[in-house]
Amino acid sequence: MSEAQSAMPGAAFEGAHTVRETGLCGMITLRGDLGASAMAEAVRDAAGTAVPGRREIVHEGASSVAWMSPDELLVMTEYARVPEALAAIGAALKGAHHLAVDVSDARAMFEVTGKPGAVREAIAKLCPVDMGHDAFAPGQIRRTRMGQVAAAFWMVDEGTIRVVCFRSVAEYVFGLLRDAGLPGGEVGLFG
Amino acid sequence: MSTRLGSGGRLLRRDRRIGFSFNGKRLSGMEGDTLASALLANDQMMVGRSFKYHRPRGIVASGAEEPNALFNMGAGARFEPNQRATTTELFEGLEVQSQNHWPSLEFDIGAINSKLARFLPAGFYYKTFMAPRSFWKHVYEPFIRQSAGLGRVPKDRDEDRYEHFYAFFDVVVIGGGTAGLTAALAAGEAGARVLVMEQTPHWGGRAPVDGGEVAGAPVDKFVDESVAALEAMGNVTLRRRMMGVGVYDHGYVLGYEQVRDHAPGTPGPRHRLWRIRAGQVVTATGAIERPLSFAGNDVPGVMLASAVRDYAVDYGVSAGDRTVVVTNNDDAYRTAITLKNLGLEVPVILDARAAGGGALMEEARGLGIRVETGKAVARVRGGRRVEGVAVCAQAGEGAVLEEIRCDAVAMSGGWSPVVHLWSHCGGKLIWDEAHAHFRPDVDKSPTGADGKPFVIPAGAANGALDLASGLTDAHAAGRAAAAATGHKPGGKAAAPEAAPAPEAPMAAVWLMPQGAKVQLRMKAWLDYQNDVKVSDIQLAAREGYASVEHAKRYTTLGMATDQGKLSNINGLAILSDALGQPIPQTGTTTFRPPYTPISMASIAGQARGALFQPLRRTPMHDWHEANGADFEPVGQWRRPYTFRRGQESREEAVHREIGQVRGSLGLLDASTLGKLVVRGPDAGRFLDMLYTNMMSTLKPGRCRYGLMCSENGFLTDDGVVVRLDEDTFLCHTTTGGAESVHGHMEEWLQTEWWDWKVHVANVTEQYAQVGVAGPNARKVLEKLTDDDISAEALSFMGFKEITIAGIPARVFRISFTGELSFELAVAAGRGRALWDALMEAGAEFGVMPYGTEAMHVMRAEKGFIMIGDETDGTVIPQDLGLGWAISKKKADYIGKRAQERTHMTDPNRWKLVGLETLDGGVLPDGAYATARGVNANGQRNVQGRVTSTYHSPTLGRGIAMGLVLNGPDRMGEVLEFPRVDGTVMKAKIVDQVFYDKDGEKQNV
Repeated sequence: MSEAQSAMPGAAFEGAHTVRETGLCGMITLRGDLGASAMAEAVRDAAGTAVPGRREIVHEGASSVAWMSPDELLVMTEYARVPEALAAIGAALKGAHHLAVDVSDARAMFEVTGKPGAVREAIAKLCPVDMGHDAFAPGQIRRTRMGQVAAAFWMVDEGTIRVVCFRSVAEYVFGLLRDAGLPGGEVGLFG
Repeated sequence: MSTRLGSGGRLLRRDRRIGFSFNGKRLSGMEGDTLASALLANDQMMVGRSFKYHRPRGIVASGAEEPNALFNMGAGARFEPNQRATTTELFEGLEVQSQNHWPSLEFDIGAINSKLARFLPAGFYYKTFMAPRSFWKHVYEPFIRQSAGLGRVPKDRDEDRYEHFYAFFDVVVIGGGTAGLTAALAAGEAGARVLVMEQTPHWGGRAPVDGGEVAGAPVDKFVDESVAALEAMGNVTLRRRMMGVGVYDHGYVLGYEQVRDHAPGTPGPRHRLWRIRAGQVVTATGAIERPLSFAGNDVPGVMLASAVRDYAVDYGVSAGDRTVVVTNNDDAYRTAITLKNLGLEVPVILDARAAGGGALMEEARGLGIRVETGKAVARVRGGRRVEGVAVCAQAGEGAVLEEIRCDAVAMSGGWSPVVHLWSHCGGKLIWDEAHAHFRPDVDKSPTGADGKPFVIPAGAANGALDLASGLTDAHAAGRAAAAATGHKPGGKAAAPEAAPAPEAPMAAVWLMPQGAKVQLRMKAWLDYQNDVKVSDIQLAAREGYASVEHAKRYTTLGMATDQGKLSNINGLAILSDALGQPIPQTGTTTFRPPYTPISMASIAGQARGALFQPLRRTPMHDWHEANGADFEPVGQWRRPYTFRRGQESREEAVHREIGQVRGSLGLLDASTLGKLVVRGPDAGRFLDMLYTNMMSTLKPGRCRYGLMCSENGFLTDDGVVVRLDEDTFLCHTTTGGAESVHGHMEEWLQTEWWDWKVHVANVTEQYAQVGVAGPNARKVLEKLTDDDISAEALSFMGFKEITIAGIPARVFRISFTGELSFELAVAAGRGRALWDALMEAGAEFGVMPYGTEAMHVMRAEKGFIMIGDETDGTVIPQDLGLGWAISKKKADYIGKRAQERTHMTDPNRWKLVGLETLDGGVLPDGAYATARGVNANGQRNVQGRVTSTYHSPTLGRGIAMGLVLNGPDRMGEVLEFPRVDGTVMKAKIVDQVFYDKDGEKQNV
């Protein structure tokens, strides 16, 4: 049995910041009533976290849950754990109207690391998002546009940002992130 | 002649020489020079030719307002036309060529136009190139094109990088002069996030040149201290070489940062376009000096008084040894005093005001400078450079009183606030009689989404021209901006205090002398770049162009690359005079971004080359690339059109692929098809509304082909719907329709049926999908799976979850080719592995991948419609004979009522049929079938058109589908289709299913 392949295995860049493809990450789109207690139970059973607040992301071990819209979450966990997590969600939300689908293979994920100011700057060159320290910090997530495609990102810590995009445009997004880190392009706005 | 002075030049590093070339001539400048100051230091007075008359033109200004000194700059991949010398920092190796002349700057054939000026009046082009109409394309257009444009068009690909940058601030201050810095300090001290952008490399604007004292110290010191204080604030960002391009709705501001223009070739982006959201915008954009309109005011060596002063103080460059100053205000006296103090001659100051000036006039007289009040320039002597001026009385008609030799003229017609950015988003202006200029009407500000003002003008840009009132105004602007963004003004409550420098009132002088005769008016330039003179505006007024916007377009006043920064106010004053109405009644033309031209590449930013647009790749894309795929764009995807082998033509490759599928086995990468999961207790009911067919009756495990229409009834998308379980459907869409159908579903759910229990998710990219088609399709799958996929276990239009090549998969028995066919969907990460396994297992059947064209031909052989071919936004399913897919039982579906309208039920709507050419050839795509007679426009009547047309290798002849008037009732009739070469093709109306009408091949 063959191993599943991520969009750009091993892709990496080093410049003003570094970019690497993280490999496959388990992802579940979960839609339903985010305020329901059954939802809280489903999220806890699947990822070990609470339901995140608006535009927030919460982490527990290798799992994370991100707020995507008023009725949608993105549950992330190890790739191999997705069936188990889906089963947990299905059990907790049995009888409740919801949707839970595996979207692990539909996505690509990149990690941008570097000096705190540099990683903020990389995103600010590509996304119409306020990357100021007061406006964006670890614990928050943004669903937005990167160049000409949809993307979401969050800060793991001050020097690390994770970017998720659709699998088909992984090369485009990697190209954008690389271009933003070419030498001589430092802006210096975020310290 | 202009030259470098022995000392001075506050921006220069005199020990650093910089070599550059002008029209191939090697010249030398100094670090800190602009290209303009370096040219003047080399006595290059004449820098170009004007657009229409090819008149010699020299440098007029020292900043962004310069109309004349535009050059072709650089070479090859760094070539760029229309580069402004006054804002170009000199760098080693800079190369420029002057523009708009042939064969050379000194001797220019086009200058003959100047002699013909009487025959080239305003509106010349409109008057001359009207008739006959037959001349438009082949006579007039080449002539006009020959003379159009100033610079050359770049031929090579730009080798530099460009980027965007998104930034958010409470307060954005545009302009880094004393007003901008003061406003920024006030806002910064209140704690606001502040950005200050300055278009030049230097802080302080004009103040260090104009002088003055703030808090008892020279103004330079105030500038340095302000910059130091701002740099120390963590909440303030200072950017030089960054211009405010435009102010747009909702506090959107564009900043154009010229990152590397002063140091080309060093690593990094050349330009960075800042896309800024600002809470409040402070426009501290200063003011621009106006020229005076006298005969010969375009002769090289006639310059703005402020520019003459700038070149002397900033760059140690004198415009001439003997400079005549001509003015209607006190400020120009500063130029005379500066020149005199540098040891240069000022033969006379001609002050148009009968009473003359105030303290500055006395100071000039004290230095021994001759001042003549009530006097004017009758005309400038000289052609390629100034040789002297003829003096007359301002009040008269131009009788010459005296000739004065000089080699430069410094003119000042007063100052106009730079109101462009204030005006971009709707800020209104008021006419200030005392200063004879328009300034912002602060009671009519641009307003944001909350209806409150979001732009505050400050300093000279607000009409506060002198240092003291400018600082007070700017301080208040900064505090107001901070307060408006929720910050409590802190820090100093009082504005920095400047020593007062009282000036005598200026006098409005729009023409010099005021009674100038037409011979003088014809040589009095308003717009230097576009060659518009006082007489042209007056002619336009006489010809009935009463609106300033019409007069502008008729005369081209202010339509050149400088957008009339020097000419607009003077022009509309002349127009007002000619119309006999006050200036405010005439008004201004519209100010539009950009403030000065910005590079096209900065607008594109990163979107060039490989990043021009996203290219979507399926999990098998690399395999396709490595195996001869000839791609075609489908949305942002690239799909293999065909896979060519060796020397094969496209057509041969397509025919080979079709033969292989019909005869044995082919594979199609169908991953791009849209896939939407629709789930919930109301999912069936929802899909019954979305599709024309009944979907709620579909049994779990079964597939059904469905049609989707817009509210207006037109067919928009189609695809196979699969019922995965009781509550869950998987809807396949066309490749291009995935996102729009998803949006369509969400819109109806969110706006109309918000209480229905349905969720939708787009899982298009979760799956790699492979079409396995051909008589051997089942055999190859059976080699790779232990699951039962026999005709009994998996019948036509059924689906099953199986494991194939060790990979969990969904297999659908659907067919778009007419052959026995399966579509396999696996997780995208394992799509390539599945593809490889199928290629390997299929080898014994001669397996081949097939592309979109083979798919299209095969579906046409089967008479299947294609969204985008048979549909074009005006076609309803009933037109296509798809009545079988339209439920009669349903009370409603989207498009149902529209399809009941009389036009939709008209029996004369064209209907789908097959077309078989009599000679076996291929009909042209889109060809019309002609009918008898002509329509009201004299065009041939038509009765149908071709929607799909191919050569069918299976049948060995051309096949087509088309929409034909009463088509299904006219089987066997022959239609005529004229081709563009004038010949006519004949085709017979037939059933559109050309191949395997009974579907025996797909159903085995």
